[in-house]
Amino acid sequence: MQTDTKSKIDQITSPAGEPVSVLRFEGDIASTSKDAVLGTYQTLPKATVKNILLDFTKVDYINSSGIALVIQLLIEASNAGQKVLAYGLSAHFTKVFTMVGITKYAGLFPDQSAALAAL
Amino acid sequence: MSGKSTSVEVRLPSRLGYEKVAMSTAASVAKLMGFREDRIEDLKTAIAEACINAIEHGNKLNEGLQVGVLMNAGEDALEIKVIDDGSGIKARPHKPDIDKKIHGEEDPRGMGMFLIQALVDEAEWVAGSNGKSSYVRLVVRLDPPTQ
Repeated sequence: MQTDTKSKIDQITSPAGEPVSVLRFEGDIASTSKDAVLGTYQTLPKATVKNILLDFTKVDYINSSGIALVIQLLIEASNAGQKVLAYGLSAHFTKVFTMVGITKYAGLFPDQSAALAAL
Repeated sequence: MSGKSTSVEVRLPSRLGYEKVAMSTAASVAKLMGFREDRIEDLKTAIAEACINAIEHGNKLNEGLQVGVLMNAGEDALEIKVIDDGSGIKARPHKPDIDKKIHGEEDPRGMGMFLIQALVDEAEWVAGSNGKSSYVRLVVRLDPPTQ
């Protein structure tokens, strides 16, 4: 019943010329999404990847278990000294992420260009 | 709630993912009642979290047990009860501490009850008198009509 979460990584460059890894998610983010969220993130080499964007543009449903996976990603990124920004959340999930405090560790932006400009 | 009301009931298997059936049904009822789109989104997340708690903690993922979702659409509010066969949740909702979570001092999970309470007008958790049939009761109120 729960749809799979798809994820992929794109490598792009910020306007300031810095390399940026973009994790693009698609589908639901729930308890079954561990491999798609944490597994995909963990393929990034922590020694060299310092800027990460999370793209939620194609995500329709995120529940508290999915938010917990995002927090686990932020824990690992914080420990690795990586900067994480997120974009593409609906107005509702922007509100939910703000309510649980995620904005303190991952800035939220409406789209990729706004997130890139904030790096 | 006052005046005439309409009831809708959904029964879900205790399988994660089926909370979306309750979400879409509640959204349809709320839309018929005239709720704003942002309130419907709040309701969808609250009912999803209530159903997930019932499936995981109340019925302990036992697919032989069902989760009951009773919706009572009144003139000025929508009341929803999500019923499971557990003994009830004793913990009270607490606001997640993101700093503690990031520093490993608090479980990254455990935000469901907080979200429920934050997104609806009323939320109460009631333990069944016989140690079963516990429920969470949610109420979302329609905005008063503008003059």
